[in-house]
Amino acid sequence: MWEYTDKVKEHFLNPRNVGVIEDADGVGEVGSLACGDALKLTFKLDENERIKDVKFQTFGCASAIASSSALTELLKGKSLAEAEQVTNDDIANYLGGLPREKMHCSVMGQEALEKAIACYRGVPVEEKEGEIVCECFGVTDVEIRRALTDHHLATVEDVTNFIKAGGGCGNCHERIEKLIDEALGRERAPVPKPRKMTNIRKLRLIEETLEREIQPALKKDGGDIELVDVDGNRVLVSLRGACSGCSAAQVTLREFVEKKLREFVVPELVVEEVCE
Amino acid sequence: MKTIYLDNNATTAVAPEVVDAMLPCLREFYGNPSSMYGPARQVAHRLEEARARVADLLGVSPAEIIFTSCGTESDSTAIWAALRANPDKRHFITSRVEHPAVKNLGEYLSRNGYRVTFMPVDSRGRPDLDFFYDHLSDDTALVSLMWANNETGTLFPVEEVARQVKERGIVFHTDAVQAVGKIPIRMADSAIDMLALSGHKLHAPKGVGALYVRKGTKFSPFMIGGHQESGRRGGTENVASVVGLGRAAALAADHMEAENTRVRQLRDKLETELLRRIPNAMINGDPEHRLPNTTNISFEYIEGESILLMMDELGICASSGSACTSGSLEPSHVLRAMGVPFTAAHGSVRFSLSVYNTEAEIDYVIEKLPAVIARLRDMSPFWQQVQTG
Repeated sequence: MWEYTDKVKEHFLNPRNVGVIEDADGVGEVGSLACGDALKLTFKLDENERIKDVKFQTFGCASAIASSSALTELLKGKSLAEAEQVTNDDIANYLGGLPREKMHCSVMGQEALEKAIACYRGVPVEEKEGEIVCECFGVTDVEIRRALTDHHLATVEDVTNFIKAGGGCGNCHERIEKLIDEALGRERAPVPKPRKMTNIRKLRLIEETLEREIQPALKKDGGDIELVDVDGNRVLVSLRGACSGCSAAQVTLREFVEKKLREFVVPELVVEEVCE
Repeated sequence: MKTIYLDNNATTAVAPEVVDAMLPCLREFYGNPSSMYGPARQVAHRLEEARARVADLLGVSPAEIIFTSCGTESDSTAIWAALRANPDKRHFITSRVEHPAVKNLGEYLSRNGYRVTFMPVDSRGRPDLDFFYDHLSDDTALVSLMWANNETGTLFPVEEVARQVKERGIVFHTDAVQAVGKIPIRMADSAIDMLALSGHKLHAPKGVGALYVRKGTKFSPFMIGGHQESGRRGGTENVASVVGLGRAAALAADHMEAENTRVRQLRDKLETELLRRIPNAMINGDPEHRLPNTTNISFEYIEGESILLMMDELGICASSGSACTSGSLEPSHVLRAMGVPFTAAHGSVRFSLSVYNTEAEIDYVIEKLPAVIARLRDMSPFWQQVQTG
């Protein structure tokens, strides 16, 4: 079990300001059932635009509930300008610290607050800035860069702990690593691209990509893939294990196997399944 | 505050009789069982008595029992032994719901030159046997299926599978860590070649396990060293713990009936009453073919860790199939393999009983838990959505 501070425990067992303000001035919702935690924050302002009342509802672990409770306590009586300055670190500090694996719970509080303030100001909830890197949790490159600099993160695991990116299927780990390298000013040796791809080189690249990028992911789900032949740009494969006969196999072939091969070899490739 | 311990699939209390049997081995009987003089022979005698008791629990011959350090070591020993004994075969079949002791070794093997097939299960955790039989091939060296699932208690028909597997000349191993001591196991007419068990799941201490290897099964040791355990596992025996395991095995035989009558009734009462009193709750696993002591219940729209910590405040110990670890709240691989929906998987709690639980304890949990669930649901935005439609 996690080592929580007494303050986390106290706010978990006796959370402050649980509920929903029906005629709220601002409402912010983040998270989902699928990703395992979610927070709905509502607040009411007084005549001087100070937060008069604030309530939360949270689905999640003990530290998610405690972080939400702490956030509402921090917000009470603050002007909107002051509230905007509240960060996830403030939430964590208020609680006497959170285990590193649980920092994302405090980040969720900060995000709900941003959304609730945007809601009050009538700013349409802006499209997320940047490009989605982690499809599972909808995290963008801009958010990852910000987390990297704000919290001095250096590994993919850290990034997952703080903003969940990379905590799902894992397909984005490589992109996160690239962002980390950029932030740290590191450079990986660029892969020299030959001007014209020979057939032998294409075959080798296809084999390498299957082995390195595709098979490990399929094997995770009890499946596998075997290269049968390469004919021009047609890649003939046969699915094995849990993949063979799986109803989602065609989607996997198109959306995952073919995409990866096109990305790493040449964009003209077409993947076809052959029966043995 | 009194502790109500309902996490016996994680570990069990060491039985007082087991402690009594062990203490002399930590005090006066300290000799090395491999030595020649009298005091050491007394130690060796106790070791062999323990072996006989473990063999009796399974209905096998003492010579077929190897003592190990834990269930994981027993599983690893069995799997490696079978693969080494059949070097020309490169295929291994197991299931998607195995304990990490087998699952992670399977994944390791698949990265290191073996073809590994993970058999799927249905929504109740029952095996897809057609898939399984379809995947047996001449290249298959070994099949390893757990007897009882640690999270849901679901039983696999291992005897039946072992017979089919044996007909094809393939070695069959079962991780029976959760089954031994909870359900009767008679190996005399069984086709199972190897069986792993763990001491601390049946009221012996942690750090001791055993592996049954059927006479005539090709075997090569995992721990290479001295001639202990008839050359099948090097290393001086953990005498006190082995003696404890022997005593625990005899106790388990004595308790077998109570386990399958009284404990089962308590489990059924807990389950029935919780489902009656708490809406949106459901059982995970196969209600029919299941360990008598285990129930895994999902409480929709709330999260497991919160439930555990609130129960902890009431002195109730249980565990959850959902671990809120790094970043993502990840439901267990067992519940995922069963396709339990996210609304339920995150809020799953496993209660596992033992003969030491009383009806008063179960009544206390039945009385207290509905309020805990209601309290967390009051905080959950999803619960309100469900309530208001």
